[in-house]
Amino acid sequence: MVPPSGASAWLTSFTSGAMTFLAVFAMALSLASGKLANRWAEALDRTATVRISAPEDQMAIQTKAVLEVLKTTPGIAEARALTPEESTKLLEPWFGPDLPLQDLPLPQLVAVTETGAGYDAEGLRQRLAAEAPGAVLDDHLRWRRPMAEAAGRLRLLGLLSIVLIGLAMAAMITLAANAALAANAQVIRVLRLVGARDTYIARAFVRRFTLRAASGALAGVVLGLIGVALLPAQDAAGGFLTGLGFSGLGWLLPLVLVPLAALVAFLATRTAAFRTLKRLT
Amino acid sequence: MVRKQAARNGTQTLIAFENAAYSYGGGELLSEITLRLAPGSFHFLTGPSGSGKSTFLKLCYAELLPTAGRVTLFDREVRDLSRDDVALTRRRIGVVHQDCQFLDHLPLSSNVALPLIVAGRTTATGDLQDLLTWVGLGPLATALPPSLSGGERQRAALARAIIMGPDVILADEPTGNLDWEMSLRLLTLLVELNRMGKTILVATHDLNVIRQAKSQIAARVLRIAKRRIQLAGADL
Repeated sequence: MVPPSGASAWLTSFTSGAMTFLAVFAMALSLASGKLANRWAEALDRTATVRISAPEDQMAIQTKAVLEVLKTTPGIAEARALTPEESTKLLEPWFGPDLPLQDLPLPQLVAVTETGAGYDAEGLRQRLAAEAPGAVLDDHLRWRRPMAEAAGRLRLLGLLSIVLIGLAMAAMITLAANAALAANAQVIRVLRLVGARDTYIARAFVRRFTLRAASGALAGVVLGLIGVALLPAQDAAGGFLTGLGFSGLGWLLPLVLVPLAALVAFLATRTAAFRTLKRLT
Repeated sequence: MVRKQAARNGTQTLIAFENAAYSYGGGELLSEITLRLAPGSFHFLTGPSGSGKSTFLKLCYAELLPTAGRVTLFDREVRDLSRDDVALTRRRIGVVHQDCQFLDHLPLSSNVALPLIVAGRTTATGDLQDLLTWVGLGPLATALPPSLSGGERQRAALARAIIMGPDVILADEPTGNLDWEMSLRLLTLLVELNRMGKTILVATHDLNVIRQAKSQIAARVLRIAKRRIQLAGADL
């Protein structure tokens, strides 16, 4: 019933396509940052360090006591005292390879690997304090917490971007729908005069805008996926910036944006149509 | 068909005005209108240009609401009608607008079938073609409205007004842009419809058309003067 309209059709399809294109990248960014932060957190999550600072004559005794305590602690898969070479290698980035570190009173480090079930950190601290007064347990909590927070915020930012993109799309489609409704005021008037209900008239516009938004979104998603696929593959040197993308069935996830865009268009056009129709007799 | 129509209408008042008035822009255009359209009646509404004939017709199909008094359509006060009720009521009132009100992008057949389409009803292609033939537009089913002459447009508007089998047909200056021969042709169609039991109200300023109709059918003539509607005398 409604004549084809050029500008609003083009605007709706283009807006929907452009917004979903951006949403694909926001989705990829959100997923990649989440995955990366999870990987970091997981790596830190499974390990802990015991640092032993004791007089030279006490060092070996306390190290042995610490290893004994760790061996009998439930939830500890492995505990190993780092060799002086390993400790030196850890400090190399800060002091360089030539510094005579063997002359410095370095603490003895014990690398601890947890089991999946984990251990009771507070109980272990108390036992270490009793058996080796110079031992301090670092369970990496102070590293893990900011990592988890950063991961959560990055995910939130990604989701917020998608929501904002959705709202911007709704606003643009509402404007396009209002323009189409205004351009077709005479058609609407005639339909009302011959006995059309508001739902019938609104449906004609809603169907058209929903289909346009869905087709535009499909094009946007396809272009977005091509864009993401063309980004450089993950590389250790590139770190975060090269980790963007989907994996496996994750490549199908952006297709969710097509019905979402259609839903946004449906709601925006329906609201605009009924608001306009209410003003007519 | 007349019996069927009468049974459908029963003793129902199709359109009734009770002391109704309509004001616009601070001035009263129509006032103290009291009138009932009986089923099967034929009325002309006449008066000078700008006297309120079109406004009166718009009150009859709820495009306008009275600013005072009551207007009742099929025994329901128009102010009590929801938007859906208004739409359903309009399906029982066929209107021939002065400017026809077509959708120019649709062919004539679709324009004529528009009331059926929006009501979700279908009609056999043969029935639609019969109707177009009855109004003399059989060969023009696929033509677009802008390509039609004034007379063809008016007859198409009449076909659209009656396709739903309405109880009442309102026509606003249906012969306004037609020559005498075409006016008579349209008038003949309206008289035929009235003989089939339809209630007809025609707003016109053309007294010759009214005289011609009165020679064929018992039509009452209403005149708008000084914002009021009164029954015209035999001086027409």
